[in-house]
Amino acid sequence: MTEQKIRVLLAKPGLDGHDRGIKVIAAAFRDAGFEVIYTGLRQTPQMIVDAAVQEDVDAIGVSILSGAHMTLFPAILDELKERKAEDIILFGGGIIPDDDKAELEKLGVSKIFTPGAPTEEAIQFLKCEVEARKEQ
Amino acid sequence: MYSPEFLKKQKERRLKWEKEAEKFRAKKSLPRFFTVSGVDIDELYTPESIAQSDSDESSFDRIGFPGEYPYTRGVHHTMYRTRLWTMRQFAGMGTPKQTNERFHYILKQGGTGLSTAFDLPTLMGYDSDHPRSLGEVGKCGVAVDTLADMELIFDGINLGDVSTSMTINSPASILLAMYLAVAEKQGVPFEKLRGTLQNDILKEYIAQKEFIFPPVPSLRLITDMMLYCSKHVPQYNTISISGYHIREAGATAVQELAFTLADGFQYVESAIEAGLDVDQFAPRLSHFFNAHSDFFEEIAKYRAARRIWAKRMKNKYGAKNPKSWLMRFHTQTAGCSLTAQQPENNIVRVALQALSGVLGGTQSLHTNSMDETLALPSEKAVLIALRTQQVIAYETGVVNTVDPLAGSYFVEALTDQMEAEAEKYFDEIERRGGVLQCIEEGYFQRELSRAAYAHQRELEKKERIIVGVNEFTMEDEGIDIPVLYIDKQVEKDQSAFVKKVKAERDAEKVKATLEQLRQVARGNGNTFEALLDCSRAYCSVGEMCDVLREEWGEYTETQEAMLPT
Repeated sequence: MTEQKIRVLLAKPGLDGHDRGIKVIAAAFRDAGFEVIYTGLRQTPQMIVDAAVQEDVDAIGVSILSGAHMTLFPAILDELKERKAEDIILFGGGIIPDDDKAELEKLGVSKIFTPGAPTEEAIQFLKCEVEARKEQ
Repeated sequence: MYSPEFLKKQKERRLKWEKEAEKFRAKKSLPRFFTVSGVDIDELYTPESIAQSDSDESSFDRIGFPGEYPYTRGVHHTMYRTRLWTMRQFAGMGTPKQTNERFHYILKQGGTGLSTAFDLPTLMGYDSDHPRSLGEVGKCGVAVDTLADMELIFDGINLGDVSTSMTINSPASILLAMYLAVAEKQGVPFEKLRGTLQNDILKEYIAQKEFIFPPVPSLRLITDMMLYCSKHVPQYNTISISGYHIREAGATAVQELAFTLADGFQYVESAIEAGLDVDQFAPRLSHFFNAHSDFFEEIAKYRAARRIWAKRMKNKYGAKNPKSWLMRFHTQTAGCSLTAQQPENNIVRVALQALSGVLGGTQSLHTNSMDETLALPSEKAVLIALRTQQVIAYETGVVNTVDPLAGSYFVEALTDQMEAEAEKYFDEIERRGGVLQCIEEGYFQRELSRAAYAHQRELEKKERIIVGVNEFTMEDEGIDIPVLYIDKQVEKDQSAFVKKVKAERDAEKVKATLEQLRQVARGNGNTFEALLDCSRAYCSVGEMCDVLREEWGEYTETQEAMLPT
């Protein structure tokens, strides 16, 4: 049996347009053999979760550099709960202070990557996490 | 520049030298000698490297004197000996009242230049009480909804006495209109107003992605505003053609140079098409570049930029006023080069980058704070950044003479090379049908993403070393940087304030001016005049943008532009 490809949805929530990071991640995931769906800029939490459910992805990755992370991450988590789609992994990256990072990970965000993290780290994280959830 | 006899001798001597040098080449301190942009650099530069500017005449044509065409050596005759660059630190946060306090503080410290950052809802044309503004109000800058906010920001500041730069693009005309309305209330004539509006929408489509309307009506907003300002606000820089964001989004130095100037030429062409005389608006165009870590590459970039701009303005667009030829620019050190690891190292990076901006002849400079990869800058970090500029200005001696690096074989050869590479990009952009076509088909966007990904792979393969990130790392850094938080109350206060202003203003006037704006947007009238009337009537940024959104539509990126590489 061939291994199923990891499907991941990438998006930029909020009003921030800085997309260098998310595009580098998209290219790295693609080269790692993942199926990547990038839905683009200014996606609302509803739009992101709608697309994730529709595309039946394993994970959602979002990038926030505007400082609105404490509003947007919880809104996506709420939306996932409402759609009973909590099995989808939520991870993200951006300019996120350590204290906020800890709080977000407590709230249910699987992982927050901060500047300087190698793309390989995100790839390994996703592989392990998807594997772990499948075993559950 | 050099006689043929000299060059012949030079070559003989060099070949002899090469034989000796060969003995040392087996050993290399680094695997590859290349710039941040991936350009390989020669082992040695000699008079032969700049033999292209062979005759005396072409040397004058290419390098010349500072303050004279083609301005390779700088835009002023005496540069920093007469006037240092403006140390213009970008600031803005929270409510209009908080920003007003910050501005008064800056002016009290002897500053004469203000630089305003706006929050994302303002940049995107939403009011603070709009659902899409949730969590973003007052975060990346100050929130402005109506003229009432602008009155608060500049309360107690005579607009005739300061120069104000405003970093805003899609709704730039609206914010300038509000600024003019404040001046009107203060009794300051428009002719006395000085400052710079960023107002560069093309680089938003290419790089920073804070766009609202499609490109064609966006360009109309800009040319309408240039037309109005050339008549009524003659001292205000109507646009700051920006490479900074293009570089931050991943561009190489040559891409930053070429794409920025291509944008600039597009604005010039649009204004000429709209019926303006080139010498009527070109002296008020300004530029904005990045200062990245590759010292000489950056210096060559600034020198090449001035030369290309001067040549084209004179020869292609027929500008006759020397002020239309010279490129004045602001510089900011590279946010994307700073590291979250061992953040104190960023002080050193910023200092070296700032020095390249100064040696490249910048007119003003913003130095980044060491902690900005972690959070909004703290007060201490901002102060160190400013002190860095002062150390360069007062202690290093680099201001003593004009353009000290001119004539360096390396710097001149690199300047020539960057000019030639930029010309290749101009040809490619033209071949593809121009700047707007390239945006639509995602050409610029893919070029940037490709360069950004290549850079990231070089780091991960350790072909490129970043101190503290992929080499010289520390296990437990114990970073203790104070983090600046914006109080959640800001959003509540600002939402309540815009509701109050909307309830108290003259509703009839609001309706009438917004309707007038709609008619102008549909027809051919001057949008800036209509926006000025709306601003005077306390229409909000969101209301004005909504009318324009309804008439012109909203821009979304094409699929081609969204591709990662």
